[in-house]
Amino acid sequence: MALIDIKGLGVRFGGREVLHHVDLTVERGEIVTIVGPNGSGKSTLLRAIIGAVKPDSGRIRRARGLRIGYVPQKLNIDPTLPMTVRRFLSLPVRVAPQDAETALQRAGVKALSGRQMGALSGGQFQRVLLARALLHRADILLLDEATQGLDQPGSAAFYQLIETLRDQQDIAVLMVSHELHVVMNASDRVVCLNGHVCCQGKPEHVASAPEYRALFGPGTHGALALYRHDHSHDQDCAHD
Amino acid sequence: MTDLLDDFLIRAALAGLGVALAAAPLGCFVVWRRMAYFGDATAHAAILGVALALGFSLSVFAGVLVVSLMMALLVANLSDRGLAVDTMLGVLAHSALAFGLVAVSFIHGVRVDLMAYLFGDILAVGRGDLAVIWLGGLAVLVLVVWRWSALLTATLSPDLAYASGINPRHEQLILTVALALVIAVAIKVVGALLIGALLIIPAAAARPLASTPERMAIIAAAIGGLSALGGVQISVWYDTPTGPSIVCTAAILFALTALVRRALP
Repeated sequence: MALIDIKGLGVRFGGREVLHHVDLTVERGEIVTIVGPNGSGKSTLLRAIIGAVKPDSGRIRRARGLRIGYVPQKLNIDPTLPMTVRRFLSLPVRVAPQDAETALQRAGVKALSGRQMGALSGGQFQRVLLARALLHRADILLLDEATQGLDQPGSAAFYQLIETLRDQQDIAVLMVSHELHVVMNASDRVVCLNGHVCCQGKPEHVASAPEYRALFGPGTHGALALYRHDHSHDQDCAHD
Repeated sequence: MTDLLDDFLIRAALAGLGVALAAAPLGCFVVWRRMAYFGDATAHAAILGVALALGFSLSVFAGVLVVSLMMALLVANLSDRGLAVDTMLGVLAHSALAFGLVAVSFIHGVRVDLMAYLFGDILAVGRGDLAVIWLGGLAVLVLVVWRWSALLTATLSPDLAYASGINPRHEQLILTVALALVIAVAIKVVGALLIGALLIIPAAAARPLASTPERMAIIAAAIGGLSALGGVQISVWYDTPTGPSIVCTAAILFALTALVRRALP
């Protein structure tokens, strides 16, 4: 049975339709990447899956007792809130010290336990977020541009870690990424989103799909097209 | 113990201590969530609660609790709908205070000492008041400790809370109820105008000394308790109003911890 099964999902903010007719399933052990231009509803889709956004139509079915490890796109910790890395890892459920150390080590930030979250660099902060997501025995990781703020080797190591985790613990990963060249290597399946699912499938299949090319330009060097894309997706992207 | 409670100063000290200990951990959440003005608005509405309670011959505690709760829920609801929160709070807080003051003036027969509810009258705390303060304060503490982890997660990030199966709206509601409770028990002690100070100043004073949320809450409680006892003592020595003396003590402690922080590397 699928870990996450979405049928006909529609979400509106104010009068604006952010997502419509989205169908998506994620199976155990799968790495699925969502790509799409800014404003295409990627983050909204993830937030709908965790329950932070209510669907206006359609449904989201989660496997029973599904544990989600969520890494948000942005997390601002108010400077009035003192928070060590160690304490952060135990939110909301206390974790054993050796588990916390292991998670930090896996995420590549071993010696940070006692540091304040607010004193971390952007890259360290992202890794601590990932370490926390790993800790609570997640069945699926939801990563919203989790590699932003990481340098190139850091980012490469990050995707390697994701694959290792999938292989060792059979967890699923659903992630949003702007790094198209990496995505194409690291994913089992790519979902091209622009308000609805334009196309999806194996990376090489998606890369050659006309809908994908319309969004990102030919080849995987078209990353820049992400930001130039205008949002008239009904012309660019065929409805299903 | 019975003899001890005969002394009005002991009762005052215990009342101040009870309020301070309950207000401090809750005050941390008020600070972390940037709800300072929210706390003030709710506290100002308490005067309307006092007027209604006296008008309908109810207990002041009940009147304040109900009106504070309604005010807090109203504000929380309005801010959910994306109205400009500071403007709404300004309108609601001062309107409630003004309506309360006007309503009190209609009450005949009872000589209402308004100053007592605006600035508190801790020296007039009786045994019954003391019981209400400690029971109410204990309820707030139990509520906050029980929900601590969920409240903290929801404060850090509503999305992280959702992903962990915590509904941040429920946690917000719990904070709202706790806030109304603290206001209802504190109005006799420091008065409607200075309750906000008892929530915020100890928490703010604790911040430079704390490395985790739990330590900040405990240090805030200690600073709040110290302020309460110190304030009562100062008001005895110098014959100053007690509620404001408590707040002054807290403010001095705040300045001290800020200085300590600066002196340290």
